[in-house]
Amino acid sequence: MSPELVSLTWLIPVPPLVSFFLIILLTNRSKALSHTIAIASIATSFVLSWIVAFAAFGTPHFGAEDAIGALSVPWFDVGSGAFMMGVLVDPLTAIMLFFASTAMLAIFVYSVGYGNYGKKLDPHDKPGWPAHNGVDPLYSRFFAYLSLFAFGMLVLILADNLLLMFMGWEVMGLCSYLLIGFWYARKYDDPNKITPRQAGVKAFMTTRVADVIMLLGIVYLYYATGTLSFREIMFAHEGEWLHHLASTPSLIVGLSQASLIGILLLIGTIGKSAQFPLHTWLPDAMEGPTPVSAMIHAAAMVSAGVYAVIRMYPVLAADGLIAHTAEAAGHAAEAAAHGPVITTPMGVLAFIGAFTALFAATIAVSQNDVKKVLAYSTISQLGFMLAALGIGGYVAAAFHLMTHAFFKALLFLGSGSIIHGMEHGAHHAHDHASDPQDMRFMGGLRHKMPITFVTFFIGGMALAGLPLVTAGFWSKDEILLDAFLHAPLVFYTLALAALLTAFYTTRQLWMVFFGAPRSPSAEQAHESSWTMTAPLVVLSVFAVGAGWLNIPADFPLFGQLVASLGLEPGWLHHFLGGTLVEHPEAPAFTPVPLITSVVVALGGILLGWLVYRNAWKTSSDVDPVERGIGSVLYGLLKNKYWVDELYDVLFVKPAFWLGRVFFTGIDKGVIDGFLHGVAWISLGVGNVFRDYFDKPVVNGASDGSGVAVKWAGRELRPIQTGRVQHYLVMVMAGAAVIGAFMWMAR
Amino acid sequence: MTFPFLSVITFAPLVAGLGILLLPPERKDVARATALVTAAFTVLLSGLLYFGYDQAAGGFQFVEDVAWIPQLGIRYHMGVDGFSLPMLLLTGIVLLTGVMISWGVEDRAREYMAFFLILSVGVFGVFAALDLFLFFFLLEIAVFPKFLMIVVWGYPKTREYGGMKLTLYLFLASLVALVGVLALYAALPAGARSFGLLDLAAANFSPELQRWVFPLIFGGFAIMGAIFPLHSWAPDGHVAAPTAISMMLAGVEMKIGMYAALRLGVYLLPEGAKFWAPVIVVFALVNVIYAAYIALIQKDFKYIIGFSSVSHMGLVMLGFATLNPLGLTGAGLQMFSHGVMTALFFSIVGMVYDRAHTRMLPELGGLMQRMPWAGIAFLVGGFTSMGMPGFSGFVAEIPIYLGLWQGVALDPINLPGFMTTAWFFPLAAVISALSIVITAAYILLAVRRVFFGQLPAQLAELPDVSALDKVALGLLSGLMIVVGLYPAIMAPLVESGLRPVLQALGGG
Repeated sequence: MSPELVSLTWLIPVPPLVSFFLIILLTNRSKALSHTIAIASIATSFVLSWIVAFAAFGTPHFGAEDAIGALSVPWFDVGSGAFMMGVLVDPLTAIMLFFASTAMLAIFVYSVGYGNYGKKLDPHDKPGWPAHNGVDPLYSRFFAYLSLFAFGMLVLILADNLLLMFMGWEVMGLCSYLLIGFWYARKYDDPNKITPRQAGVKAFMTTRVADVIMLLGIVYLYYATGTLSFREIMFAHEGEWLHHLASTPSLIVGLSQASLIGILLLIGTIGKSAQFPLHTWLPDAMEGPTPVSAMIHAAAMVSAGVYAVIRMYPVLAADGLIAHTAEAAGHAAEAAAHGPVITTPMGVLAFIGAFTALFAATIAVSQNDVKKVLAYSTISQLGFMLAALGIGGYVAAAFHLMTHAFFKALLFLGSGSIIHGMEHGAHHAHDHASDPQDMRFMGGLRHKMPITFVTFFIGGMALAGLPLVTAGFWSKDEILLDAFLHAPLVFYTLALAALLTAFYTTRQLWMVFFGAPRSPSAEQAHESSWTMTAPLVVLSVFAVGAGWLNIPADFPLFGQLVASLGLEPGWLHHFLGGTLVEHPEAPAFTPVPLITSVVVALGGILLGWLVYRNAWKTSSDVDPVERGIGSVLYGLLKNKYWVDELYDVLFVKPAFWLGRVFFTGIDKGVIDGFLHGVAWISLGVGNVFRDYFDKPVVNGASDGSGVAVKWAGRELRPIQTGRVQHYLVMVMAGAAVIGAFMWMAR
Repeated sequence: MTFPFLSVITFAPLVAGLGILLLPPERKDVARATALVTAAFTVLLSGLLYFGYDQAAGGFQFVEDVAWIPQLGIRYHMGVDGFSLPMLLLTGIVLLTGVMISWGVEDRAREYMAFFLILSVGVFGVFAALDLFLFFFLLEIAVFPKFLMIVVWGYPKTREYGGMKLTLYLFLASLVALVGVLALYAALPAGARSFGLLDLAAANFSPELQRWVFPLIFGGFAIMGAIFPLHSWAPDGHVAAPTAISMMLAGVEMKIGMYAALRLGVYLLPEGAKFWAPVIVVFALVNVIYAAYIALIQKDFKYIIGFSSVSHMGLVMLGFATLNPLGLTGAGLQMFSHGVMTALFFSIVGMVYDRAHTRMLPELGGLMQRMPWAGIAFLVGGFTSMGMPGFSGFVAEIPIYLGLWQGVALDPINLPGFMTTAWFFPLAAVISALSIVITAAYILLAVRRVFFGQLPAQLAELPDVSALDKVALGLLSGLMIVVGLYPAIMAPLVESGLRPVLQALGGG
């Protein structure tokens, strides 16, 4: 890549940062100016990103050392070399730039309509509350936060070292805190319902725990290698560091340094990408405005988590290098046939990913909030990606990350449009009884909101993995193929999760769009403005088309079809594989996983249709699934397996309890108690001295001198003015006299 | 001899303070303006020195050196290096912002400003003093105005108790440290006795001596930095003090303790430092975690900040205990970062209290709507406190953790076994990193309960902060962001100042 282009990449994250400061400091009062600046900035970043990404796509053998773009300068130097700042454009970065910038641009444009731009400020609306029918009072601030968020994401993507990546990571954490709690004053009548500000704190704290562990991984990595640069760790001297890390035992017996560091780093991802057991913050993050949900769940934060694991994959898999070398001595061919070696951190990843994929999918089935269904489906889909990484499906994971970003951004923005339409309806119908986010009060919206319906339907089908036509099918199929070849247990789990995915997606589509309206709000709902629907249309194009980037060459019919269209079959595989030292082998076509993914997708959709086509006549109906599996089990799902409550008892309460023990027990009790004891004894000793020695013995002797003192006191009284400043002057004069004496005496 | 910058910085507030006392009491504005101009003058001069310091040359610069009491080897010797310059600047900034946010003090405003200025004399002085007698002399000068200000202008319910507790502890601290210094003085050969820092550093004390004197000097000064279990004066004293004094005490005075612990402790007694480092780690860890947990459950806004200071000072101590370049530099940065941050916090607490007349979290809420500047500044301070990238806390804490994991090569003598295993330092890093989470928890809790949420009815008409307050808040927050984004403005300077210490320790 040409040096000019590399220096261009520096500029990609800059416009959103400038936009943030401009809006916060200067244009806060002008809503039009603020959103213009924000959109112009993200559009600039978008154009730059595409230029860089397509230049990369067009470079032959882009992953090779001399073809990638990298640039690095010292940030501050304390003689350790740890603090460099630089950008790196390799195949993975190019892909990330491509889809993240696209999704973010769509989200920015969408936010204009979502914030009710163009309407008058409703005098009833207060800052920190969602607007009823006017423009949001904090409209400008919203764009400032979005800009900062975009900045964090772009920094993370472009960073050439872990420290800078971590900084982008944390900036996003900070923004998600600010954005989830955007409606900071909002309160609900139901005291058990989590408020936005609580949700913001919860999201921040949960990811914080994971971030700290990740930070320790970074610290450990630096300790072990003396560098945090990706290229140096993974490529320099033919991956010498990876060998070193894999062959050095860590502090924990039985784990190599590479394994321990890998596990520490991936815990950061488990927090950021909301995987079990750190997933609980994400559904509550739905308290934020909807574009935020799209930003967090699709384009940015959760993708960042998966991205980090993909980026650090060589470290996670480093132990495999040693195993390979050992095997290569004897049975080179055999070793290759076994596929990737699943190292300890990869095993952890595969387990957590597969488990979360299924676990979250079961919860999604029972949710009634239109955004919560999507939230759990996000958790589940991220589980797919991590499971894929855990079994060595490097490209499959990245592929699904990309397609998921498109269709999930589409779905979230679509759900925002639905909610917006419902709120509109509620406003017109004066309907305050029905919750505009609750799918039970929806129904029949396909006629009211046709564009939203069609685009949401496309997104839903992509999520369900409708065979052949949607991007979601191709990427999910690739994961299943990898799983089938390398880890059957993961394969079965994911297949079941995929079935549930298709099922709950159909349920959602049915509840929202089909049947008859079940509330006055739904009857009066109508389509959102073009700034909201246009991004939906654009994203739905990608939700279908992105799959074509990686249709395997040996896929029946489609392989040839793609080739005949002039596209390169399995292109992503080829391109992205260049990020690694050793190109991963494209898995060979196998019919079983293909049949499985077709069957689970179609079967899930069919099942959903069968179960729900006659359900939900009114908003108070019981869910057919609840009738089927019994209310106890359904309650377990509905209450998300009580994980929140468990954490409260295990972690939150003990922390406060410990604080109280430290404070009242040790600080006030032991330490101050001791101190006050000492003071009390000293006073006692003083009294004894006074009563038994001072008064009878000393006083008697000194009464005589008292007379003299009285006389002196009478004479000196005039200088006792009672004014502090006079005393101070006298003290200084005294000091001067003493000083003079000393000077003369030297 | 060149212009005596350091003496001018140190004694300008004394002159101004005495001058203010000669004013008639009703001329409050003249008193305030004089204080403001003087403080700005010290900031300007220390800024001049900060940027005028020649890093390539290193060592002590802007030196003033005259004999004072030659019979005892006592000199009036001042000079600054990369380690003391940020502290000097910090003192000036806290003094300036302290004056700004105290503009509204009506009760004996003249004396308030005068004592505040006189208090700063000792603080400026100790950072510049290169003679230990001069050092202790200046250290004690600050005690009288400090005590007086807490007792006269402090929080009525606890001021006598808090002021007394703080003063007694600080006396104890300097007494213990003084004993240590006198021991060193006495250990010098009879003809060559000196209180000069450089003389003592060159003296090469025997390892045995170093090992028993080190705890006195380091420990004594660590009390001033609120080391567990001798920390309880700090929250009580800081809460009892009036706002500007809290800022000065927590922002700068605690740093004096740490500054001296390094300069008089580690620098003069490297062998002692190596011997005791793991013990310091253990105490500092307790500080970091213990105080953070306590901050988590406080209901009083000011106590949260008070305990958070104790927790953060533990991080400074941890950085020192690493005895390697990364950890020491991080600790040096943390001293500045925390000084600015805590001054900001206390100033905001003061602003809230002055308006709401309460500091209890349950009675506050939604203040973002009434005083947005204070709210946003508190968020900036909060993010600094929890080590967010982009703020100075991050660039200070990352080197501390990196350095802590590396640790230092230890002699396995006379220490409990666990302290000399390969586990020890990484484990310390892991445990201390836990504090990042707890810090985030108590800060966000405070933000949520003070600035977000519902505004109570009785606070609905709360006035916003004054223009001068905004300047002070902007200045302090701005500094944290500048250092956070562009650490090269401070890190290399601090590192250059620590080089002699590292050399004494036998490393780079």
